[in-house]
Amino acid sequence: MQRIGVFVCHCGTNIAGTVDVKAVAEALKSEPGVVFSTEYQYMCSEAGQNIIKNAIREHQLTGVVICSCSPRMHEATFRKTASAAGLNPYMVEIANIREQVSWIHKDMKAGTEKAIILGRAAIAKVSLNAPLIPGESPVVKRALVIGGGIAGIQTALDIADAGFEVDIVEKEPTIGGKMTQLDKTFPTLDCAACILTPKMVDCAQNEKIRIYSYSEVSEVKGFVGNFTVTIKKKARYVDELKCTGCGECTEKCPQKKVPNAFNLGLDNRRAIYIPFAQAVPKVATIDADYCNMLKNGKCGVCAKVCGAGAIDYKQKDSFIEERYGAIVVATGFNPIKLDAYEEYGYKQSKDVITSLELERLMNAAGPNGGTLLRPSDKTHPHTIVFVQCVGSRCDDGKGKSYCSKICCMYTAKHAMLIREKYPDTEVYVFYIDVRTPGKNFDEFYRRAVEEYGVHYIKGMVGKVAPQPDGKLLVQGSDLLADEQLRVEADLVVLAAAIEPDKTARSLGTMLTASMDTNDFFTEAHPKLRPVESPTAGIFLSGVCQGPKDIPETVSQAGAAASKVIGLLAKDKLTCNPCVAHSDEMLCNGCSACEKVCPYGAITYSDKEFRGPNRTTLIRRVASVNDAVCQGCGACTVACPSGAMDLKGFSNSQIMAEVDAICK
Amino acid sequence: MQVNNTEFKPKIVAFCCNWCSYAGADLAGTNRLQYPADVKIIRVPCSCRVNPIFILRAFQRGADGVILCGCHPGDCHYTTGNYYARRRMTLLFSMLDYLGIEKERTRVEWVSAAEGAKFAATMNEFVQTVTKLGRNRKLEDLRCRK
Amino acid sequence: MDRETNRVREQVLRMSGVNVLKCMRCGKCSGTCPSYEEMDYHPHEFVYMVEKGEIDKLMASESVYKCLTCFACVERCPRGVEPAKLIEAVRLEMVRKQGQNRLKPDRIPALLDEELPQQAIVTAMRKYTK
Repeated sequence: MQRIGVFVCHCGTNIAGTVDVKAVAEALKSEPGVVFSTEYQYMCSEAGQNIIKNAIREHQLTGVVICSCSPRMHEATFRKTASAAGLNPYMVEIANIREQVSWIHKDMKAGTEKAIILGRAAIAKVSLNAPLIPGESPVVKRALVIGGGIAGIQTALDIADAGFEVDIVEKEPTIGGKMTQLDKTFPTLDCAACILTPKMVDCAQNEKIRIYSYSEVSEVKGFVGNFTVTIKKKARYVDELKCTGCGECTEKCPQKKVPNAFNLGLDNRRAIYIPFAQAVPKVATIDADYCNMLKNGKCGVCAKVCGAGAIDYKQKDSFIEERYGAIVVATGFNPIKLDAYEEYGYKQSKDVITSLELERLMNAAGPNGGTLLRPSDKTHPHTIVFVQCVGSRCDDGKGKSYCSKICCMYTAKHAMLIREKYPDTEVYVFYIDVRTPGKNFDEFYRRAVEEYGVHYIKGMVGKVAPQPDGKLLVQGSDLLADEQLRVEADLVVLAAAIEPDKTARSLGTMLTASMDTNDFFTEAHPKLRPVESPTAGIFLSGVCQGPKDIPETVSQAGAAASKVIGLLAKDKLTCNPCVAHSDEMLCNGCSACEKVCPYGAITYSDKEFRGPNRTTLIRRVASVNDAVCQGCGACTVACPSGAMDLKGFSNSQIMAEVDAICK
Repeated sequence: MQVNNTEFKPKIVAFCCNWCSYAGADLAGTNRLQYPADVKIIRVPCSCRVNPIFILRAFQRGADGVILCGCHPGDCHYTTGNYYARRRMTLLFSMLDYLGIEKERTRVEWVSAAEGAKFAATMNEFVQTVTKLGRNRKLEDLRCRK
Repeated sequence: MDRETNRVREQVLRMSGVNVLKCMRCGKCSGTCPSYEEMDYHPHEFVYMVEKGEIDKLMASESVYKCLTCFACVERCPRGVEPAKLIEAVRLEMVRKQGQNRLKPDRIPALLDEELPQQAIVTAMRKYTK
C-alpha cells in the first residue's frame, strides 16, 4: 500500500480565492492511501518545498500529490523537491487546480468540488505509479555526414573543429556538390569555385575528416549515440591510394564520346575521368558504362599509361561498417526533369536550356571556356529570354507545388552578368512574382532592372516555338500592359524547379527519418528545432530539408554541426523514463506496434521461454529501445494483447483517473 | 429516477495531449476564460495514447460525454500521433453511435497551445450539447453508480 | 456583390467546376492563347473577373465567342484552374439568359470558308449547339 501525502497550494489568492483549499485538503485526507494532507500559501516557495520534504521524511511517504498550478509550470520543481527528500521523482503527481479550476470558475462551491475530484484523480494515479529511473546509453563520439556538398562540407568542418571525428559519404567521385557547377554566386557575384574549393581542400587535409567518395550508405542500424552504418564503396576501378591524379589516363583514353555529367552533357569527356580540375579527392574514376576494357575486355590503355599502377579493372564494390553517434543528412537537390513541359521546347531545341546549364556555359571551366555561345551553332546570342517558375508553384501534377526559392535570385544574377559582359544582348525575364527576401537581395534585383536594363515582364511564357531560321519564338502575355508579346529569342533559359535528390527517399526509410510528400526531410519542429529530424540523433543540413540558397545552407549546416557537437560532447545520454515497455509474457509477436512507431524504436527478436514440462519455447517478442522511444504511446493502443504499456501513463493509471473523475 | 434537466450537471472527461491541447487549456486558464466545471481534464502524452478502452470505461462509469483534444493535424509533437487518434476515434465513435451513444457525446477537437479561446469555446459548446442530451443511460453500468 | 450577380457567379462556378481562388495570376493562359488578339478580355482576366463577380461585363463582351475552346489554357495552367471551362460556363449562362443559341445551326454552312481550320468547326459545334 502506498503512503501518499497531499499538498494543497493557495497560490496566494490565485487558488484560495475561488477554491476552499482547507476543505480540499480535508476531503482528500480520507482518500485511500493518503496518510498526510496539508495546505500552504506557496508550495513552490522554499518554505513550501520544505514542508513537502519534511513530510516525505516524517511520514515515510511513497507518493506525493500536489494540488497547485499546471504541471507544465512546476512539475520539474516538485520532482526535484521529492528527489532531494529521497523519493523517486516520478512518484509525484500534480492536480492542476489553478489553470483548470480557480482561474476559470467563479463559483466557490463548484470550484472546490472540481478541485477535490481532480485531487482524487491524481491520488488514484499516484497509487499506481512506480519509481522510474532514467536509463543511460553511451555515445560513440564520431559523426557521419551523408552528402558532400557545401552543406555537408560545412557541417563536417564545424564538427571536426570541435575535435570530433567526422566521415563524409559522397556518392559522386568528388565532394563539392552542386556548388562546384556554379559560376558566380549572388548577391556579391564572387566566383563559386573561389570560395568553395578552399573548403574542399580543408576537408581533405583535416585529420579528423575522412572522405568516402563514390560511396553510398547501404544500411543503418542502431539509435541515437550508437548507430552502425554500412557504407558501400562503389568500384571506381582505380586504387585511390595509388592514384596521383596526374590526369595522364584521362588524356589517353580512346573513348572520347562520353557525355560529361559535370557539364550536364553539354560536352564530352573520356571513359576514365576526373570530374574537374579541383576535385577532392583528385582521383580518376572509370565509367563502367563506357569503358571498352570493362565492357568487352579490349583496350587497357589507361593501365598502360598509369605510372602509379593504380588501375584495377577487377575492383569490386566493397562494404565498410562504421559506428557513429550522430548522422547528418545533407543529400541536397537536383533540378527537375522538364520533359513534361513540352510547351517550352526543352527537348526540341538545343537552345532551350536550364539555368544550371547556363551556369556551365558561362563558366570559365565550362564547355566554351566562359564565352556564352548558343549550344546549337556556337554563335553569340543577342536576345535571351528567361522563364521563371518552370515546374515551381505548380499544382498540375507535372511540377512541384512549392516555391524553389533560389530561382528569382539566380535569374537576376544571370541577367546581370550577361548584360555586363555582352551589353549588345537584350535580356527578358518573364516572371510571376519576384521573390527576393534576404539581405541585399532586393537591392540586387533592382540593380538588374535599373542599372543593367534587364526587361522584367510580369506574365508567364505560354509557348516557345523553334523557328526554321534557328530562332526561338517566345510567346507570352505582358499582364501589366495587357498585351501579347512575341520575342524572337536566340536562347531561352528555364528556371527549373529543384527537388530533393532521388536517394533521399530510400535514405529516409533507412534512417526512419520522416519526410514530407515532396521528399524533403521533416524537421523536429518547424520553428524551434529546424535542423533536427524527429528521429533522435539524425540532423538535417541544406536543401534536403527544403529549398534554400548558399548562405542559408551554410548557416543551417553550422547549426546542425552545433547540435551534433552538443550530442557528441556527452559521454552518456539520459533517456526519458516515460517510455513504452512490452510485457514479453503477453506479447504475441504480431508487429502491430512496430508499424505505428514513428521512431523505429520497436524491434522484434526470437527469445527463449520456459515451457511446460521443462521444455523451451521460442517466441517472437517485441522489445522497446528506451533510448529511441519518445513516449508517445501510439503502440500501446495498437497492441491487441495489451502487452505494450507506457511507463508514467500506464493503462491502469489513466483508467484509475477516469474512474476517479466519473465517480 | 427522475432527472430534472435544469439541475443536470453532466460529467465530461476531456483527454488532452501534453504538448498542444493541455497547454491550450492552461492558456484558457491564464486568460481567465470561463468554461463549466463539469469538464475534467486528463493529461496524456499524445492523443494517440488514448485507448478506445478509456473512453468506453468513462461511459461505463457514468460519463455523459468524452472529448479528445490533440495537436492540429501535421503539428503533432510525435509527427503522426494525431493521425492515429483521428482514425481510431472515427471508428470508435461510429461504433458508439451504432450502440446508441449519440455522436454528439463524443468529439475530437484539434487545439493548439495558442488556442486558449478555442479550448474554452469548444468546452462551453460541448457541455451545452451534452447537457441538452441529458444523462447517458445506454452504456452506464448501474453497478458503478454510488 | 448583389444577390443576382452572386447567384450567376455561383452558377458559373458550379457548372464549370473551377476554383478561381487557385489562380496565382501568372498569365500563362493568356500567354498560350491563340485568340488573344481577338479578345477584349483575356483568359487571365476572365478568371479574375469571375472571382470578383463581374460576369455582366464578360457576358457583354465578344471574348466569350472568340474563345476557340482549344483548351490550351487548361492544358498549360500550372495551378489547374481551367479558364476555358469557365468561359464555356459563362457562354452557357448567356445562352440560357437569352433563351436561344447565338447562332442557329442552319446558318453555319453559309459562314464556312475553306481557310477555316477543322478545329474551329468542331469548337463551333461545341459552342453554338449548347
